[in-house]
Formats: sequence, structure tokens, C-alpha cells
Amino acid sequence: MDHATVILFIVGGTALLSLPLGAYMKWAMDPAPGQANRWTALFQTIGGASADQNWKRYLVTLLVFNALMFTVTFVILATQQWLPLNPDERGALDPTLVFNTAASFTTNTNLQHYAGEVSMSYLSQLAGLMWLQFVSAATGIAALTALARGIAGRPGLGNFLMDVQRASFLVLLPLAVVVALLMVLGGMPMTLQGSAVATTLEGAMQTIARGPVAAFLTIKQLGTNGGGFFGPNATHPLENPTFWTNALAMVAIILIPMACVWMFGRIVGRQRHAAVIFTVMTAFILVKIAGAVIFESAPTPAFAELAVSEETGNLEGKELRLGATTGPLWAVLTTATSNGSVGAMHDSLNPLTGLMPMAGMWLNATFGGVGVGMINMFLYIVVAVFVAGMMVGRTPEYLGHKIEAKEVRFAILALFAHAVLILGGTALFAATALGQTTVQDPGAHGFSEILYEFTSAAANNGSGFEGLGDGTGPWNIATGLVMLLGRYLPIILPFAIVGSLMAKRRTTESAGTLGVEDATFGTMLGLTVVIFGALTFLPAAALGPLAEHFSLP
Amino acid sequence: MARQPTQSIFDTELLAPALRQSVVKLHPRILVRNPVMFTTGAAALLATVLLVRTAVSGGDFLFEVQIVFWLWLTVLFGNFAEALAEGRGKAQAAALRSTKAELRGKRIKGDSHQNVPASELRKGDIVLVETGDLIPADGEVILGVASVNEAAITGESAPVIREAGGDRSAVTAGTRVISDWIKVKVTAEPGTGFLDRMIALVEGASRAKTPNEIALTVLLTGLTLIFLVAVGTLPAFAAYAGGSLAVPVLIALFVALIPTTISALLSAIGIAGMDRLIRFNVLAKSGRAVEAAGDIDTLLLDKTGTITLGDRQATEFLPLSGIRDAELIEAARLSSLGDETPEGRSIIELAGQGEAAPDGSAVVGFTAQTRVSGLDIGDRKVRKGAVDAVLKLHAFEAAAVREMKSLTDRIARAGGTPLAVADGTRLLGAIHLKDIVKSGIKERFAELRRMGIRTVMITGDNPLTAAAIAAEAGVDDFLAEATPEDKLELIRKEQAGGKLVAMCGDGTNDAPALAQSDVGVAMNTGTQAAREAGNMVDLDNNPTKLIEIVGIGKQLLMTRGALTTFSISNDVAKYFAILPAIFVTLYPGLGALNVMGLASPESAILSALVFNAIIIPLLVPLALRGVTYRPQSAARQLIQNLGIYGLGGLIAPFVGIKLIDIAVSGLGLA
Repeated sequence: MDHATVILFIVGGTALLSLPLGAYMKWAMDPAPGQANRWTALFQTIGGASADQNWKRYLVTLLVFNALMFTVTFVILATQQWLPLNPDERGALDPTLVFNTAASFTTNTNLQHYAGEVSMSYLSQLAGLMWLQFVSAATGIAALTALARGIAGRPGLGNFLMDVQRASFLVLLPLAVVVALLMVLGGMPMTLQGSAVATTLEGAMQTIARGPVAAFLTIKQLGTNGGGFFGPNATHPLENPTFWTNALAMVAIILIPMACVWMFGRIVGRQRHAAVIFTVMTAFILVKIAGAVIFESAPTPAFAELAVSEETGNLEGKELRLGATTGPLWAVLTTATSNGSVGAMHDSLNPLTGLMPMAGMWLNATFGGVGVGMINMFLYIVVAVFVAGMMVGRTPEYLGHKIEAKEVRFAILALFAHAVLILGGTALFAATALGQTTVQDPGAHGFSEILYEFTSAAANNGSGFEGLGDGTGPWNIATGLVMLLGRYLPIILPFAIVGSLMAKRRTTESAGTLGVEDATFGTMLGLTVVIFGALTFLPAAALGPLAEHFSLP
Repeated sequence: MARQPTQSIFDTELLAPALRQSVVKLHPRILVRNPVMFTTGAAALLATVLLVRTAVSGGDFLFEVQIVFWLWLTVLFGNFAEALAEGRGKAQAAALRSTKAELRGKRIKGDSHQNVPASELRKGDIVLVETGDLIPADGEVILGVASVNEAAITGESAPVIREAGGDRSAVTAGTRVISDWIKVKVTAEPGTGFLDRMIALVEGASRAKTPNEIALTVLLTGLTLIFLVAVGTLPAFAAYAGGSLAVPVLIALFVALIPTTISALLSAIGIAGMDRLIRFNVLAKSGRAVEAAGDIDTLLLDKTGTITLGDRQATEFLPLSGIRDAELIEAARLSSLGDETPEGRSIIELAGQGEAAPDGSAVVGFTAQTRVSGLDIGDRKVRKGAVDAVLKLHAFEAAAVREMKSLTDRIARAGGTPLAVADGTRLLGAIHLKDIVKSGIKERFAELRRMGIRTVMITGDNPLTAAAIAAEAGVDDFLAEATPEDKLELIRKEQAGGKLVAMCGDGTNDAPALAQSDVGVAMNTGTQAAREAGNMVDLDNNPTKLIEIVGIGKQLLMTRGALTTFSISNDVAKYFAILPAIFVTLYPGLGALNVMGLASPESAILSALVFNAIIIPLLVPLALRGVTYRPQSAARQLIQNLGIYGLGGLIAPFVGIKLIDIAVSGLGLA
């Protein structure tokens, strides 16, 4: 299939699927008072309480819950050598790696400084990591639901313990079962038996790692987690056997982030507004996909001297059995959302193609992570509404809420934090032996490796540029901290904004109010994302991918 | 403060002090109020220190000295803009101050009075003001009537009447009594009076930042911090690439990127907005009120004087059946002979020539209690007045009363006010008084509707009359038979529905509503209570101005938003000018990003910095005048401003920097 067909099929098809899913998610996450579905009673029993929480209580519950998850996972990982479900007798892990991995999976990042099949026991993979792939994603959906309720002008934000159960059992689990079955049909292994041992055609003995791959992989995609069962992630033949599992995986990557926008629109009762946001996000994603596919159609200079045909573009690091388009397409999708699974070697992408995934993570809001992507976009909306609101001659308002100093302060602080985590971390590691000794390639490409790693951690993406020796103590600790800050600051600050909005008198909208449902606002929002999000990273981009591109022969 | 012709911005009289002030304002304590300009100042200082080092230890001195020069100029331009905006007010304030300094009052103690300086007068003191005296303090007339010339405040030289009791009792310090005398009870402590407030206001001394201004400052400061990180991490990145970046160059990049343009003009925009109001003869008690005016959703407008001409005109005589036209007309004329009101005069005019009042007849004047007026000719009592009041005068024939009621209903439905005419025991007919809706007012309301503002007409008329006038004038809603309590209730109801309400008023009974409304404009002729309760005072006593005030508030915010957008959009071009220039030594290939084809790295950096500096004075006229504003919907407004200032902000610096580069390289400066 040619590029355009594949892209249209994946992106357009998923966009269509996301509409009914968004409606379903609204029903599941935020049932109207009269139609509380029968699950509500069950969740109330499990959760213990279901009282409406104010923003502070909701936030504290969320954070405590996440702290507990982090602790449990830390303990499981740190003691896996003594625990059951370890048929291949995986040994003890380095403490900094345990910290990094626990942080990584709690924060929905799934940055992996290890290769799953050689380091982790099945218990670690299933009880520690896969469990977190569910609940960390559920945390994101719950947070967005609460935020939307606040914006909708409800008296309370709902109850976190209820929401996290709804997201896990009503949204993620059913979807995961369906997708996992399709994946198994596509040839993916799903077993608790240890590695298979096979005799190859040459007569050599080969140990083939396997395990409960389908279950793990499905939620990794749906929950924008991205952590693979195997080290090579979705380029491993058992983690991504065919063209169709590949296509299905890409759909799964962007499905829920897309549906989150519709759910947000339904909860705040403004679907046209949601459509504008959806369009802006889609525009960004299409620009990045187009860029990536075009830049990747240039041959890689690394092969220039070899006797290979390069008519189809850069084939280094691609899985040819999956088709030529999917490498760059996957790279964009996985970074536009905070997924981070990889379907091609990002390190081998042409420099400008490599810039596209980075841009996706710098913005982190063009669909973004499950729930949190829309929350990040909310920050840009606050800034866009503020500037545009002044331009129409009124105190800026968003859906009847006045945007004033407090809201602007929190929004800009969150954007500032994102910049500091990425640029500050990169500066520290680029200027010192901490990073310089771990890069694989010299020059601008090595710089891109460091920049990419911090970008991925701060955006809670989890993909790696690879080539970087990131398994060191300093890398584990630094990216671990960046992931934690990069996860919770962009939840805490928007919650504080909504808390402040809820305390104010709501205004009504009129022809004099800034409209948020038309193309003009979409343009304004897009410009804001570019100027406040992307421009900050232009100098870094110049020294990484751009410098590399322009120094190519 | 007479209304002045619009002064040119570059009036030499204002220019010199503004230039001096721009240096004075370099003081850190003044500069720190504007975080972005303070940061720019700090950056300039750092560059200066580094320049000294270069001078001692060698380096590209010529290049660095130019960077330092333009950095300081950026700060000075910002100060200059602010000083220029303040200058106009300062000149006015000086005039007011000299008036204030010479104020003395005759304080009454027992039977005598004593001449004391105004600064010694306290609240509650009573002063005597006689012909030719300046009123020494704000106060309330408690005895006497006088005509007062208020030109010192309003610029209007026609004297006004001030009298004890009623709605015309407030007097203002600095105005002059030109006939008669009054006793005034002082209502303001020294330093808190109207004059003081006006001085502070025009001078900008007490100009507190408004909520929107604070929020914008937060945004700009946050953006500055983000760029501090973006630029501050570059040395580390360069170190990785095995090179280093010159600090002055990094400072230049930093200052070019941070939003200096809007920050430099921010306070000038605010001052100019207030100044625009003042020149419009409206005094706002705070900048907050001006901004709130831009947010108004509902305008409460009094019918009389705002929507209709102040006076109603008689347009028709309607006799009851069996009464001759001439008889009614004659009775109406006679009853109005002693009526000096415009309505009375319009009746006589409509009735045409007739006899003068017969000898021995006595005029019966209108009182609020009887609500009728007329003429007694011997025993004959000719009366006209409010229908219900006339009907109470006598037990008229039932059939006549019925007919009168249907007649008056018809008049009311047509938007008129009916007056009944009676001659003794006989009911003669009705006079149709018509409210004349001001020409052009309907179009104004349509404009307001497009801006999303709802107009509500407030009137004492009955609902029928009110509905007819409301339809004719094109208001969105009306409140008929309105009492001050009704007004207050309406404001509360609107506010509970999330709306911001503006109104104007003058009487004491308007004070609660003025205080409750988000923007309350008190008429200067109004009572002290009304003037205290409102957050603006209209010196011209023109209620229609409310519409313009809303426009001024909107224009103020729009100017800020437009220049913010312009300032931030400029960054794209600046990046493309400076980034290739500073990175080309590390990676020669990055020269490809020099899309403008700038002559040399030094010239590129300098050109971006020069553009960044001179755009400030170039935009000063816009900041002071405000962006072009037409009443239209928010959506159209946004498209227009986004097109001009967003797109313009993207393109203009590409052109500007290229031109400056040609000049800089042509002159051999870099």
C-alpha cells in the first residue's frame, strides 16, 4: 500500500472509532446522576467511599494512590529473585534500575533501561509492570474526568477511587480483552511457560524468550504506556508478528487519547469545542507524519558506500516485513501520544525524521498520553484564551470562567517545568561525563540521543532514541526523577487552575465573548502551541537533528 | 482642566521631560515593577561589565560596544514610552495642584467665621462660600442656592445651580461660586477629595496594576523564565559540541527573545487608556473600573436624556366625544400658561396663539403631591395633569371616565404619555405627549448587540408606554415603573446570572444601585452620595457616554492583547536571525538556517537586537492611541487582530531585520 493509504487508514479509521468510544467513555466515567450504571454500586463497595471530593482531596487521593503503586512495584522488582512466577530464574536488579523502572511504570512512561525478556520475572512483568500499565493509564483518565467536571461547573470533582475503578474496569479492561484476542489471532504468544528451546536449521540450540506477550502488549498500546515485553519492543517478531498486528497496534496507540478529547467535550457539554481541539491535534499529527514520511524517503548516508539499492528511502533500522511507511508513522504516533513503544529504530531515522518524534514529545499535547494529553492541551488552551481574550477586548474567559493571574501563573509554570526538565537535564548530561561517555555516536547525533532521552522521560513517553548507554546509575536516577516531576506537576498544576476557576463567579457567554468553537480559535490554539511549546526547543533542535542534517554530505 | 485639543505625541513640550524621565526610571526600584524590563536592565548591566573586561583583555570591542548600546537603548525606550504617557497627565496635574494650593475657606464657628487654608478643613466642618470664592473642599450644600462655575473641572463654562437638598447639592473643591452664597458641609478629609483623586489619577502616581495587567505580567515573566532556560542551557550544549558561545551574544539572543516590546509598552498602554477617558471628561476611580467597562454584558440606561430627548413634546389633542376640539385646546392652553416646563411650553406651542390669562386668575403650580397644574379663573378651575390625578379631582361622569381610560390606553400603547384635561366638573380630553427617541440611538444599540451587550431601558413610565418606546429605540429589554429598589433588584438578578452590569445615575436614591453595579457612572451634577458610590464620574453629565466608556475599556484590553501577540510572534524571525549566527561556528551546516541571507553572524545578531529596540518607539503611537476598534462581534474582532498583529508580527521582523542588516553591513558596523 502506498503511504497515503496507510496513513489515511490508520489515522482516519481511528478518528472515526474514537467518536463512539468517547461517548462510551463519558457514559462509563461520568454517568449522569439519574443513570448511575449498576457498576457504580460495586465500585462504591470496593472503593469504600464515593463522596464528591474537592480538587485538593481528589488530588491528594490520586497522589497517595500513586505513591502506593510506586512502593508496591518497587518492592516486587527489588525482590523478584525470591518471588514466584520466575521460571527462568531472573536475578536481582540494580537498585537505581529498580527506582527508575518503578517510577517509569507508575508515571505511565515505560522508559525501559533494561530488556524485559532477560531481566524481569513473569511476576515482575505481570503483577508489577502490567498492573501499572492499567492503573497508571486509569489515573490519567480519572484525572481528565475530574478536570472536565470542574470546568463543567459541577460542585465537586467526583471521587478518585470511583473514577480509577471505572477507568480500569469499564474502559481499559474490556478494550484490552478485545484487542488482545485480535492480537493472539494475529499470532502473538500468550503463555506462562518459560522460554522455548529450539534447534535451528543449522543445528544450533536457540532459546526463544516468550511469555504472556499479548496481554502485556495490548495494554501497553491502549494505555499509552509503551513498555515492551521484549527489549526491541514492537520490532520483535513475537511482539509484532504481522502487518495486521502492526496496524492494529498503531490504532490502539492513538485510540484512547483521541477518544479522551470527545469525552472531555461531552463532560463539559461542548462537543463543537472538542471538535476544534481534535482538529488542531490532528493537524499537528498529520504535519509530523508527513514530515517524517518525506524526510525518511531520503536514503541514509550510512549506506551510501554499500552496494544496496536505496530507492525506497532510508531502510536502516526498519522492519521490512511491516512495510516501509510504518516505521516513521509509528514513530510519530508513539511520540505524539505519550506511548513510547517503538516500531522502528529511532536512532537510525534520518535526522529530520528524528526531529518529528522529538517535536511530538516537546508539545506532548497533540493527543498526548491517555487523559493527560488533553490535560496538557488544557494548559495551552488557558494561555491561548488569555492572549486571544484580550484581543477581543474582554477579561479573558474560558467556558464562562475568567482566566486571571492565578490561572496564567499555574499554566505557564507547567510549561516552564516541561522546558526545565528537558533542557536542564540535557544540559547537565551533555556538558559532563555523565552523558558524554554514554553516547554511541559522536557529534550532533550523540547530542540528539541525550536530548531524546530527557525529552522522552519528561513527556512520560518512554521511547528511546537508543544507541544511548542509559543503563547507568546517573541515568536511572536522573530520568527517574524527571519522569516523576514530568508526570505529577502537569496534573497538580491544572488541578490548581480548575480549583481556582471553581471558586469564581461564572459568567455567561455572549457575542462579545471569545468563541472557542470556531476555526479562528483553532488557529490561535495552534499558534500558541507552536510559539509557547515548540519555539522553546528550537535551539536544542538546531544543535541536534538540524545540525546533523545540515552536516550530512 | 479644560478640554484640550489632542496633543501630538511628539509634542516638544512633553518630549524633553520624557527623555529626562527615561533616565530617572533606570533606578532599580522603579524598574523592578516591570520584571521583564528589569531583567533586560540586568542583562544590559552584565553586558556592560563584560565590555569592560573586553576593553582590558582584548576582543571584538566594536561589536560588543554596539550590543551594550542597543541593550541599554531597549530599556530606555521602554522608560521613554511610559514617561511620555505620563507626561500629558503630569502637565494637567500641575495645573490642578496650583489651584489646590491657593484654596482657602471661611470656616464657620458659632456666629462668626474665620479664613483658614483648605488643608485645615476637616470632615464635618461648615464653610461659607460667597460670590467670587473658590469652594475650598468637597461637600454638600446645607443652606442657600448659588450658581457655580465648574469649568476648572469639567471645562464647561456655563454655570450650574447648586442648592441645599435634592439632587444638586454636591459641590467640588476648586470650583467657583459666581453669584449668591452657600453654606457647605465638608465631606472629605484633606488629601482625599475629588481634586486630590483627580491629580493622582492624571498623574498616574497611584496607578495600581489592574487584574488583567497583573495576569499579563505573570505571563510575560513566565515566558522570560522559559527563554532564560532555553538560552541558559546553550553554553552546556555548546560545550558538548566542543565549542563555546560568547556571553554577550547569548545576552543579545535572550533579550531579543523575551517579550520586551509588549513589556516596554505595557504601562504606557494603561496610562493612555485612563488618559483617553479623562480627555473624554470621564474620571475613573481606578484602572480596574476601566477594564471592567470592557467586560460589560448589560447596560442599564435611563430612558430620559439617554434614549429619548430629555423633554416630551405635545403632539396631539384628543377630545372626548361631545367636546369640541377648540374647547379642549383652549383649556389645555390656559392650564399650561403658568407651566414653565418644556412639556407645558410644547402644549402652548401646539395650541397656537390665544388670549393671555385673564386678570384675577391664579396659576396653580405643579407639585409632586397633586401632580396637576392649571389656572383658577374666579371659580373656574382649569386643570391638566397625570390622568389618575386628574380623575381624582372630581367624581366625573362614569361614561366620560371610561372613554378617557380607553383614550389614554391608546396613547400609552403608542409610546406616549397621556395628560388629562378637565374644566371644573367636565372632563374634556387628553393631550398626547410624545417621547422623542434620539436619532441614531437605534443604530448604537444594534452595534452593542453585535458586541454581545444587552441594553435595558429604565423608566418610570407605565409598561405600555415603556414597551412602545423600547421597540422604537431598539433596546433589548425595559424596566417600567422602576423604583430605585427595582433597579437594584435587576442588577442583582443580572449579576447572579453571571453578567457584568453598567449603569449611570445621579440621585441619592441611585447610590445603592451605583455601588452594586460593576461599572457605575455618576453624573457630576449628582449628589455626593451618588458620586461616592459610582466608580466613575462623568464631568459632562451625559449618560449616553456609557456606550463610549465600554468602547474605551475594550480598546485598552485589545491594545494589550494585540501588542502581546505581535511581540511574541516576532520571536520566530529573531530565532532565524540569531540561531544560525551563533551556531555556525559549531556546525557550519547550520548556516543554511540563515533564510534571510544576513550578511554576517555579527550583523545578524546586531540587526535582531536593533529591530527589537527600535520597534518600541515605533509602536509608541499605537500604544498611546490604542488599536483601531470598531464595535463588532468577538469572532470578527479576533480574526482582524490575529491577522494584523499575529501574521504581521510573524512577517514584519523578517523584513525589518533584513533591512537593518543591509544598513548595518553597508555602514560597516559589523
